[in-house]
Amino acid sequence: MKKLSLIFTVVMMLSMISCSSEPVETDTEDEEVSVQTLTVSDPEYYSKFKDKGISINVYNWGEYISTGADEGTLDVNSEFEKLTGIKVNYTNYATNEELYAKLKGGGASYDVIIPSDYMISKMIKEKIIQPLDMDNIPNFKYIMENFRNQAYDPTNDYSVPYTWGTVGIIYDKTMIDIPAEEIDWDLLWNEDYADQILMFDNPRDAFAIAEIMSGYSLNTEDPEELEHAARKLTQQKKIVQGYVMDEVFDKMGAGDALIAPYYAGDALTILDENEDLDFVVPSSGTNLFIDAMCIPTSARQKEAAEMYINFMCEPDIAFANIDYICYSTPHQVAFDMLDEEVRENHVSYPDSQFIADKTSVFVNLSDEANLKMQNLWTEMKSAEDETTNKWLVPIFLILCILFMIFVLIRRHIKAKKDIF
Amino acid sequence: MKLKYFSAPYLVWMVVFIVVPLLMIAYFAFTTDNGDFTIKYISDVGQYANIFVRSIWLSLIATAVCLVIAYPVAFILSRMEKHKQGTMLMIVMLPMWMNFLLRTYAWMTLLGNNGIINHLLGLLGFEPVKLINTSGAVVLGMVYNYLPFMILPLYSVMEKIDHSLFEASSDLGCSSVSTLFRVVIPLSMPGITSGITMVFVPAISTFIISRMLGGGSNLLIGDLIEMQFLGNAYNPHLGAAISLVLMVIILVIMTVMNQFDPDEQVLM
Repeated sequence: MKKLSLIFTVVMMLSMISCSSEPVETDTEDEEVSVQTLTVSDPEYYSKFKDKGISINVYNWGEYISTGADEGTLDVNSEFEKLTGIKVNYTNYATNEELYAKLKGGGASYDVIIPSDYMISKMIKEKIIQPLDMDNIPNFKYIMENFRNQAYDPTNDYSVPYTWGTVGIIYDKTMIDIPAEEIDWDLLWNEDYADQILMFDNPRDAFAIAEIMSGYSLNTEDPEELEHAARKLTQQKKIVQGYVMDEVFDKMGAGDALIAPYYAGDALTILDENEDLDFVVPSSGTNLFIDAMCIPTSARQKEAAEMYINFMCEPDIAFANIDYICYSTPHQVAFDMLDEEVRENHVSYPDSQFIADKTSVFVNLSDEANLKMQNLWTEMKSAEDETTNKWLVPIFLILCILFMIFVLIRRHIKAKKDIF
Repeated sequence: MKLKYFSAPYLVWMVVFIVVPLLMIAYFAFTTDNGDFTIKYISDVGQYANIFVRSIWLSLIATAVCLVIAYPVAFILSRMEKHKQGTMLMIVMLPMWMNFLLRTYAWMTLLGNNGIINHLLGLLGFEPVKLINTSGAVVLGMVYNYLPFMILPLYSVMEKIDHSLFEASSDLGCSSVSTLFRVVIPLSMPGITSGITMVFVPAISTFIISRMLGGGSNLLIGDLIEMQFLGNAYNPHLGAAISLVLMVIILVIMTVMNQFDPDEQVLM
C-alpha cells in the first residue's frame, strides 16, 4: 500500500511538472548566421580604459541584446569586455515604470539605460538623465536622419536611438474574413468577435488606440478628449476577453483569442509560433515607439558609458543586435546589412511616407493629464458589468453587522456562564 | 535571565525589517513629495471602495471554500494510521514545492477558451464554457494556491484530539452530528482561526492571480497597489495609503475572528 501511494505521488509530481512547463516551452528555430569577425572603426578609442579595472552597470529590457545564445551570433557584452577591458554588469527590467521607480528610489547606480520615448522626456524634465558628450559617440553619424531630434528629445542631447517599432493588430486570418488592407482599429470593437479580443493592459497604449480612432493626438492632454477615449474603452470592455501584456504570446500562440493589438517586433515572434496568425499595421495611423540609450545623472562612469553606447552603434554590433531581437533599427548601415526580405517587410519597415504622415511618437504627458488618464483607466477597469454589483456592498455590510451581533451575543452568554 | 540576550538578534531583525518598513509606509501615506503632512491620499483611497469590497468579498468566498474543503480532509487525515498520514500530508504539500507562478500559469492553460477543460467538454459534445477571466477563476486560483495553508493548521490541531473523547461522547449519548458540533469543532477552533488567517490575509492582498486568471478586468487591491509602485500610475504615497487602509481592514477582521478562539481571553 505504501509503495502504491509512493508511485502515485511520483506520477502526480511528473504530470504536474509537465503540465506547468508546457506553455513556457518555445522552440525557436535557430537561424544559421555565419560567425562574423568583429571590426570596429577606431580600436584606439576603445583602448582608453584598458587595464583600469573599470566596470559599468547596464540596465536593459529583457531579451533586448544579442547574447550569443544562438550559435553563430555575437555575445555583445563579452565582445565589449574583450575590446575595452571594461567589465559590464548587465541587468534587466520589464517596464519603463519599473526602470523609473528604480532610478527615482535611488539605491542603485546605472551607467547605461534604454528607456522608451515618453519616459525619456519625463526623465529629461526631472533631470534623471544627463546630456551626452557626442564627441565620445562618433558612431551617432550612422543614425538615420528621421530618427534624430524626435519630439521627446528635440535637440538629441540626451539619447541615442537603439530600436523602434510600430503598434498593430495580430489576428487569426483563418477566422476573420476581412482583407488585410481593410482591417482597422475598429476590429477591436467588432461585436461579432466578442470575447475573442485581447487588449493592452496599460493605459497609455490602450488610450492611444481610442485616440487614433477619434482623430485625437496621441499626446492629447485635453480632459474632454481623454474622457471620450475612456468612454470608448468602456464600450469595448464587454467584448474584451482580457487585458494582457506579455500573456499575449501564449494566448494568441495557442489560439485562445483571435484579435490582439501588440508591438511589431514581438508580433513577428508570435507569428512564427502560430501560422494562422497575421499582423497588420492599420492604415489609419499608429503609435511609433523608439527605445534609446541614455545615461542617468547618477552614473559613476560617464565616459565608459558613452564608449558602450558608441560600441552599440558599431555597424557589426548594431546588426547583430537587430538580427537577434527582431525589432526595427534606426541604424543606417545595420539596416543595409539586413536581408532584402527583412528590409522590404512592411511590418518591420513600413514605408517612410506612412511613418511621416500616419505615425506619432509618445511624449510625456503633464502630471495632471497622467493622473486623469490613470484615474479614468482604473475606473474603466473596475467598473463592473455584472448586475450583482449594486447588492454587493449592502450584503457585505449586513453580513458584517450580523457577524458583530453574533459575536456580542456569544460574549454575553459566555460572561453569564462564567458567573455560575 | 541570560536567555534574554539570545533574542537580541531577532529583536534587531524585527525592528529593521518589520517595524521600520511599517513606519515608512505610514510616513509615506501621510506626506506629500515635499514631506508636508497631508491626509489627501488617505481620503483618495475612498474612490477605490468597490475594489476593496470586491477583494474582501472574493477572498472571503475563497476562505470559506477552503474551510469547507479542508475541514473533512484534515479530519480524515488525522484519523488515519500514522504511517499513512505522512504520505498523505506529503501529497497535500507537494504542489507547494513548485513555483507559485507556474502553478497559476498551468491553470491558465487548463481554463482557457481552447484549454484542456473546454477541449474535454467539446469531446463530450458540450458547448465551451467561459471559465477564464471571470471572478470565479480568481476564486479558484486563490483556493487552489492557499488550500494547504488551511489543511495544515487544522490537521495539526485535530491530530492532538484523543480518540477516546469520541468514544466518551457516544457513550454519553451524543449522535455523530452532535459529536461534531460539541466536541470536534470546539476543540479544533484554534486550527480554524489560524487557518482562516493564513488563507484570508494572502488572498486579500494577492495581485498576480487576479491578473493571470481574471484577465485584468477583475482588479483587486493588490493590483491597485502594484500599479502605484511599478505601474504607469507611479504614486508611492497613494500606494502606501492603500496599503495602510488594507492593513487596518485586515486588523479589524482578525480581531473579530479572534473572538471565536476559546483560548483567547476576551478583553472587556
